[in-house]
Amino acid sequence: MTLPFIVFFVCAILAVVGALTLILAREPIHSALALVLVMVSLAVLYLLLGAEFIAAVQIIVYAGAVMVLFVFVIMLLNAGVEERTDYSKLAKYAGLPLGIFLLLALAYWMFDSFIGKQIANGVGGTNASVSTRELSAQLFQKYLFPFEATSILILIAILGALVLAKKDE
Amino acid sequence: MSIVPISYYLVLSAILFGLGVVAFVVKRNIITIFMAIELMLNAVNLAFVAFARAHNQLDGLVFVFFVIVVAAAESAVGLAIIITVYQNRQTLNIERINLLKF
Repeated sequence: MTLPFIVFFVCAILAVVGALTLILAREPIHSALALVLVMVSLAVLYLLLGAEFIAAVQIIVYAGAVMVLFVFVIMLLNAGVEERTDYSKLAKYAGLPLGIFLLLALAYWMFDSFIGKQIANGVGGTNASVSTRELSAQLFQKYLFPFEATSILILIAILGALVLAKKDE
Repeated sequence: MSIVPISYYLVLSAILFGLGVVAFVVKRNIITIFMAIELMLNAVNLAFVAFARAHNQLDGLVFVFFVIVVAAAESAVGLAIIITVYQNRQTLNIERINLLKF
């Protein structure tokens, strides 16, 4: 049991516990904090995979900006305890078993598929991390047009959010 | 120092995605359902980074970057829609927002 394995399993368990807390918590604010836990542990896993820039973006954009937006909306709408409704009997009895089946099937196929085996045998066995310099070169040369398109997308999203949240005159 | 096999990351990603789907179906609060979508996007991002690592290519990381940007824009618009829905219906329960339901 070496250090990378210990870090991986600690973060993986934290992420799964966070996801389970998101499902089981009744208050939306508890779900939001659990989601922050998932995102931070995923950032550590990105570091373990050698993607430093993605880890930083994950912390700044996801755990920072997006989750602050969520917490702000929860506060603004004064969202309290989630009410339980059971209109659908089918969902009540079939939902959870089918969900667990999907979870196990996905995990099994991921583990058992050809590509999973091939990679587990160590195709990409290097330990070097991806430098941010290479990533930015890729981003600003090969993917320059999509990058500019995302700036337009964000502009439209800002305008859309303003128009939607504006009070009607 | 041995490294963690990529398939471990893929299994974790699959588990997180499955939990995201379960949360999406089980939860009744519209904000929490939105969080479940973010959880699924995060799970997919983990798979992207793991595959980028396995094939030693940067394109996967660039794609993760774009997914994060689009998710940020999506959450801004989505939360504005949630605020509008709340102003009109005074509820966050998805069962009571059923005007378009057949």
